[in-house]
Amino acid sequence: MVLVLADSPNGQLKKGSFEAVTYGKKVADAMGTQCAALVLGNAGDAGQLGQYGAAKVIHINNDQLNNFDSQVYTSVVADVAKQVGAQVVIVSHSSAGKSLIGRLAVRLDAGSVAGVNQLPTVDGGFKVKKNVFSGKAIAEFEISSPVKVLSLMGNSIPVESTGSAVAAESMDVNIPASKVTVKERKTIDGTVPLPEAELVVSAGRGMKGPENWGIIEELATELGATTACSRPVADTGWRPHHEHVGQTGVAIRPNLYIAAGISGAIQHLAGVNSSKVIVVINKDPEAPFFKAADYGIVGDLFDVVPRITESLKKYKAAN
Amino acid sequence: MKILVCVSKTPETTAKISFSGTDFDTAGVQFIMNPYDEWYALVRALELKEAHGGTVTIINVGPASNDPVIRKGLAIGADDAVRINAEPQSALTAAKYIAEYAKTGGFDLILTGKETIDYNGSEVGGMVAELLDLPYISYANHLDVNGTAATVSRDIEGGTEVVEVSTPIVVSAAKGMAEQRIPNMRGIMMAKRKPLNVVEPGAASDHAKVVSYEMPQGKTTVKMIDPENMDELVRLLHEEAKVI
Repeated sequence: MVLVLADSPNGQLKKGSFEAVTYGKKVADAMGTQCAALVLGNAGDAGQLGQYGAAKVIHINNDQLNNFDSQVYTSVVADVAKQVGAQVVIVSHSSAGKSLIGRLAVRLDAGSVAGVNQLPTVDGGFKVKKNVFSGKAIAEFEISSPVKVLSLMGNSIPVESTGSAVAAESMDVNIPASKVTVKERKTIDGTVPLPEAELVVSAGRGMKGPENWGIIEELATELGATTACSRPVADTGWRPHHEHVGQTGVAIRPNLYIAAGISGAIQHLAGVNSSKVIVVINKDPEAPFFKAADYGIVGDLFDVVPRITESLKKYKAAN
Repeated sequence: MKILVCVSKTPETTAKISFSGTDFDTAGVQFIMNPYDEWYALVRALELKEAHGGTVTIINVGPASNDPVIRKGLAIGADDAVRINAEPQSALTAAKYIAEYAKTGGFDLILTGKETIDYNGSEVGGMVAELLDLPYISYANHLDVNGTAATVSRDIEGGTEVVEVSTPIVVSAAKGMAEQRIPNMRGIMMAKRKPLNVVEPGAASDHAKVVSYEMPQGKTTVKMIDPENMDELVRLLHEEAKVI
């Protein structure tokens, strides 16, 4: 059995969970077994995970599991993994999954690879690839233990919903008391968090000052994109830290990354070079970022960015 | 308060990464202390010590060639250091060595960076916590400890979460937890006299290893677009790249 833990932050299943189940189903097919999805706490309709390939959905809807605690979750996931005879346990490489993978590996005496972005090969040993050195290289790992634990990087696999919903079932497990009390949760409503965003508009020092960010926000709004920035911009306080993408900020892999006024230092590229399509706008034709771009525009971003917004409006009106 | 800070040695952020066969080619590569370990975990540990008293111990798993990186941590202000004399084969072996040492130390707080910038796994903190059966709060952007009561703010998708928990705990540090400190001359001189204990490792089994490396496929050639004609960009993004 392949067991997939589907994240349900704030009581809702998210795209990352659908990706993880899609991935789990493909791993199960390759291994000649089935995929089971596990949902913990409040999550709405857990049975919908059947559409993404789960043959079985286990929903332990207990209030003690509504808040994430790595110690409690590890205990429950390991218990379920043993009950279903899981050979592979998959979590999302999310804030919850990243807190769990190490603990689960120890608890299940399993080999683990965190942040995989491709399907494993299972003939002649279980091998799976991930980006290392902040995206500057790819490493293939071999896991030799009977049980394996993986965390799946977001946007690594397109969601496939070719199956049909199943009836979620519960399971008897021991839920230890949590030693962690959640006091407060603050999330910014209305925008997609950077690690999950498919479209990202990012800007750097070429913006000259925080007061000029309106054109970036207008373009992002028009696209339905999330805004990001380079490290110097976050360090000088022009933009909040959580917008910083790069080697020491958030590493992202959106479908489209538009970078305006960012020269493309190696540390910045390390955090964004897994993006599927990169558009670079810079007035310096020698900016190193152009070498990593799919589409390049040499020009003044204060002219070019509003022009892209206008062209998008025209395109939307015509389609 | 006794604080243990787990530090890793990583290639410097601008390092060119290449491989000879299946080995990482270290020729010409400068090594540093993993930035998340140094800038955030270590500095916050020192701030807590300055506010509440106690000791800060650095632990590293690695060969003698890691000593300069460890000495830098002592120069920034840690009291002493431990190096487990082993080439870490994976996150799991490193975590087992650290946990084995930590068991004997009675630490109130064990800090790591949120991930290393080489293998980007973010696994060691959770593994150490599980091996010691302690709570683990990851991706912390703020940490306060008052007696045994810790308040931790952590990064979650699209926001932050504030939790309360009693020490002993394991915490992984993200940006925002502290500001980078540059060692001064006095710190560098004092670091030479601070204890750096070398401990021989026990046995640790392992389940995962790297079997090969490859370089990512570079972009073919960039397509330059007339800055006056953004309709063309939108058309290409829709028709050619199919991302909008």
